[in-house]
Amino acid sequence: MFKAFLNTFIGSFYDLLPIIVVIGFFQFAVLQQPIPNLLEILIGSFFVLIGLTLFVQGLEMGLFPLGESLAFAFAKKGSLTWLLLFAFALGFGTTVAEPALIAVASEAAKVAAEGHVIEATQQARTDYAFGLRLTVALSVGFAIVIGVLRIIRGWPVQYLIIGGYIGVIVMTFFAPPEIIGIAYDSGGVTTSTITVPLVTALGVELASSIRGRNPMVDGFGLIAFASLTPMIFVMAYGMIG
Amino acid sequence: MAENLLETFWATVADVLPIAIVIVGFQSLVIRRPIANMRRVGLGFLYVLVGLAFFLQGLEMALFPIGKIMAQQLTAPEFIIGVEQGSAKVNIPAWSQYHWVYAFALAIGFSTTIAEPSLLAVALKAHQVSGGVVGVWGLRIAVAIGVAFGIALGSYRIITGTPLHWYIIAGYLIVIFQTLYAPPMIIPLAYDSGGVTTSTVTVPIVAALGLGLASNVPGRNPVFDGFGLIAFASLFPIITVMAYAQVSTWWAKHQ
Repeated sequence: MFKAFLNTFIGSFYDLLPIIVVIGFFQFAVLQQPIPNLLEILIGSFFVLIGLTLFVQGLEMGLFPLGESLAFAFAKKGSLTWLLLFAFALGFGTTVAEPALIAVASEAAKVAAEGHVIEATQQARTDYAFGLRLTVALSVGFAIVIGVLRIIRGWPVQYLIIGGYIGVIVMTFFAPPEIIGIAYDSGGVTTSTITVPLVTALGVELASSIRGRNPMVDGFGLIAFASLTPMIFVMAYGMIG
Repeated sequence: MAENLLETFWATVADVLPIAIVIVGFQSLVIRRPIANMRRVGLGFLYVLVGLAFFLQGLEMALFPIGKIMAQQLTAPEFIIGVEQGSAKVNIPAWSQYHWVYAFALAIGFSTTIAEPSLLAVALKAHQVSGGVVGVWGLRIAVAIGVAFGIALGSYRIITGTPLHWYIIAGYLIVIFQTLYAPPMIIPLAYDSGGVTTSTVTVPIVAALGLGLASNVPGRNPVFDGFGLIAFASLFPIITVMAYAQVSTWWAKHQ
């Protein structure tokens, strides 16, 4: 147990080493400035190390087995409706409270107010940001449903994703220009550090428990859907709103 | 400090709450079967929560302040044109004068991606599922190169003020073309790696870089031009991961 921790700890140190080198180089060689608050930075770095170590330990002990056992239980139960409902709830639930999304949504409301898309009142901005969050959360719920359905049916991922890309491209030409940057970015911010391991384990285990599916070819791809659909939905939100 | 840590911990718990409700709800109402090794899984979940709290609090103390100051300083006109010329001649710097910005974008994109916990999770899973064919470090480095290139190109785009969608459409065309030739095994993983790269570590620093550029480059508006870097960082890893698989297969054939 302790040895596993130590190994993970050393691994985490190597993971963080590139950042330390980059920051050090730019601070001393390019900007030529001393490091401010050195003590706080040292303590913070130590926290990051401990945090990453615990996270990796917990990943193997908690998140992966949890995702796997859920997938296994649903596969055994054999009810597609419940599985798809669960997929939607998982996608929607993890996204609607995602802090990165909340930040992007309020930023987007600011853009909309300055671009005179909505009224420049606090109320209009709050409504707009909330609508956007709801849109993205719905789109991620929808994405996980499609992704799970794909695993069960064995549809090739590339047709769906490339079809989605074409959808994004077509909508780009019709969506209001000020929403495009936000829409493109919203794809990247939806998938949080806890959702990713959980959803990945779920997909892989689901593909393993269905006969004729290969976990490598069919198990991955859920995250890809979750990063694609928000772009389409957000542009649609910009066109309707 | 302990207070901040506790605050971060509760914030993390609040983020996880919807997931926990969904899982517990379905587990007890639909599946109605206890999770195997419940205590171990529970302990693991707690590790993840405490770990993330430490991780985020540590980033807040160590990386974010200095990263944000650096992004601001590197994009400042005084640094780009030099203090003495800056006030005398009001000239707009050429895109090539931002060379340190590009170097910073490359380096910080690469290094923050290596430290990204969700990418590590996917790499561990892919390594396990592929029976060791997909290397943990190979995948992480391929993704990190993609993010590095994406953020550098995204910075160039903000500096030159060229339209975002042309870059994204060109990137999609490359992805579609590569999909035709890449080994089928890697395609879903490559698509996934686009979404996992931009989370806890990368987004705040990259957002600061985008904001710094958009507010300091003459003619750019931070409100309209600051977006788009995250989109670049999620597109290019798809290309580099497929390229990684293509190069590995080619290498194996020519050994």
